[in-house]
Amino acid sequence: MTATAAPPEVSTPQEADLRSWWAVGLKDSWQYGRTRVGLAITVLIVLLAVFGPLLAPHSPTQLVGPPFAGPSSSSPLGTDYVGEDVLSRVLNGGRFVLWMAVAAGLIGTIGGTTLGITAGYGRKWVDEAIMRSLDVLLAIPVIVFALLFISMLGSSPLLIVVLVGISWMPTVARTVRAATLEIGRREFIEAAEVVGTPRRQILAYDILPNLMTIILVELGLRIAWSISLVSAISFLGFGISPPHSDWGLMINENSIGLAIQPWAVVAPVVCIALFSIGVSLLADGLAQAVSGIDRKAG
Amino acid sequence: MTDSTVILEVPAGPAGPVTSVRGARGHFGRWLARRLALGVVILLAVTLLVFLATQALPSNPSQAILGRNATPSAVAALNHKLGLDEPILTQYVHWLGRLLRGHLGVSLATGQPVGALLWHRTVNSLTLLFFAALIALPLSFFLGTITAVRRGPFDRIFLMIGVVLSALPDFVIAITLVILFATVVFTIFPGVALVPPGTSPLDHPKELVLPVMTLVLLNVPYLYRLVRASMIDVLGSEYVAMARLKGMPPRIVIVRHALRNALLPAIQGSGIVLGWLLGSVVVVENVFQYPGLGSALTDGVHNRDLPVIQAVVLVFAIGIVLFNLTADALTIYLTPKLRTGSDL
Repeated sequence: MTATAAPPEVSTPQEADLRSWWAVGLKDSWQYGRTRVGLAITVLIVLLAVFGPLLAPHSPTQLVGPPFAGPSSSSPLGTDYVGEDVLSRVLNGGRFVLWMAVAAGLIGTIGGTTLGITAGYGRKWVDEAIMRSLDVLLAIPVIVFALLFISMLGSSPLLIVVLVGISWMPTVARTVRAATLEIGRREFIEAAEVVGTPRRQILAYDILPNLMTIILVELGLRIAWSISLVSAISFLGFGISPPHSDWGLMINENSIGLAIQPWAVVAPVVCIALFSIGVSLLADGLAQAVSGIDRKAG
Repeated sequence: MTDSTVILEVPAGPAGPVTSVRGARGHFGRWLARRLALGVVILLAVTLLVFLATQALPSNPSQAILGRNATPSAVAALNHKLGLDEPILTQYVHWLGRLLRGHLGVSLATGQPVGALLWHRTVNSLTLLFFAALIALPLSFFLGTITAVRRGPFDRIFLMIGVVLSALPDFVIAITLVILFATVVFTIFPGVALVPPGTSPLDHPKELVLPVMTLVLLNVPYLYRLVRASMIDVLGSEYVAMARLKGMPPRIVIVRHALRNALLPAIQGSGIVLGWLLGSVVVVENVFQYPGLGSALTDGVHNRDLPVIQAVVLVFAIGIVLFNLTADALTIYLTPKLRTGSDL
């Protein structure tokens, strides 16, 4: 063991114990069918989003025919509202929602975890101050919160990511705070406190490892919901702007032609639906495994 | 066992024994007053947030409203008109004062008073929410009870459908319904819910079907699982076993003994769900071009119509605070232990 991260002696056996718990959580979740299905779908969509542009038969902005033309040999899914190839645009349209959802999920989870741990293991007034200010955010629907700031600051992918991330913080913080309070009452934490371990160290080496599975579940859920939200903002016309291709935007652009050329809407709808179902199933399987561990631990 | 200790402890709380109904009401009244005050504080904080977002951000709202090519003198004139040349705090106090007196300002896009515009929009959105709740709540209670009582493949199928449905983004559900019922597969219902100004959405029942159906599909999966989980809990409890052992017919045990208690978490959940639905309303109204609060907000954002955006956000916040308060109040009112308890 190196000196850099040497935890105090009291917590060492606990920590080893917890590491294995973490692995058990991931392993346990594998036994659920939904985890495997979720992972398969997620991997498929991520591959599509990342490598899709390489497979696209046309450029996403090249006009290949009249607007809203049906499927043909050169464009298997037909054309969109200006005559671009739907298949090429679908293959190019996943990048934004992919990185934006992951980034927003990460911001929300990391920010919410920091706030939740601080509130749960901090002094009473810190707890009150943090949780009451987060209550204010909870009083505004997430999408309304995002639109409020987009209306004034103008739309950019980075701003959307930050706004969506911030709006997840209250709920993540609530979950993490509750779990922190619960762990803070356990004997091994009391033991560490009695020995005089600094609170900061207890937080980092005793409480945080115990929260890892919960945080991982939160991350999965937040990414899944960020997919919904980021693509909803795009769909409303406040996200990625037109020359770019994006699934949410495609639905917006092509819904007028729904009756003539349904593929231009159906294809991106299917992609977004699969993406959020895949990530949700993954998070769900993990959550099941975690609650299973809790049950076993009594 | 733990239950009985709690019951024994409650009357001996700091507030003294609660012996009369009046005493219990007093408790509930005090709790309600405190929650109302908290709600007002939260709403005030929301006004500050809205104000800071719309009028105090480094980006100049006048510039935003007039566009990038506006002349400096035009920007200065609008600044003066909006009161933006005053100190921030003065601006906030003035703005809040006007707000509290019911002066929501004039829409920059249409020149109409915001109050009148939003009144119709709020009624329209509430109509959607009302019908959605009217269908979703009984449906969730029914589904939750049935699946809890009859576990097995039936239950598992519904759980799977629930997991998939609750993973779907709101606009994906809305568009899918349009594809299925309004355009590609069938054309039974209109895919747009245009309600001409001056008419009530109730005069257009067919237009309401798909938006309401979307909202129902959005909250039933969550609510029914809530009912199911608490129903399973209650069915495993001792008093239900007792009622069964006494030889009561299963139907009566479920309806009279179990359901009443199983509904409590669902009532609290409904408050949360209605709050979520307010967010979904923004998207759903856009898909169906329904003239409600949500489409007022997106129109406002498109036109950078400051007064409209501010007012809509506040109405949404008021809605969420009220929904949560009502749900909590109902839960406490329906739980005798909490109603008289001192730990409120």
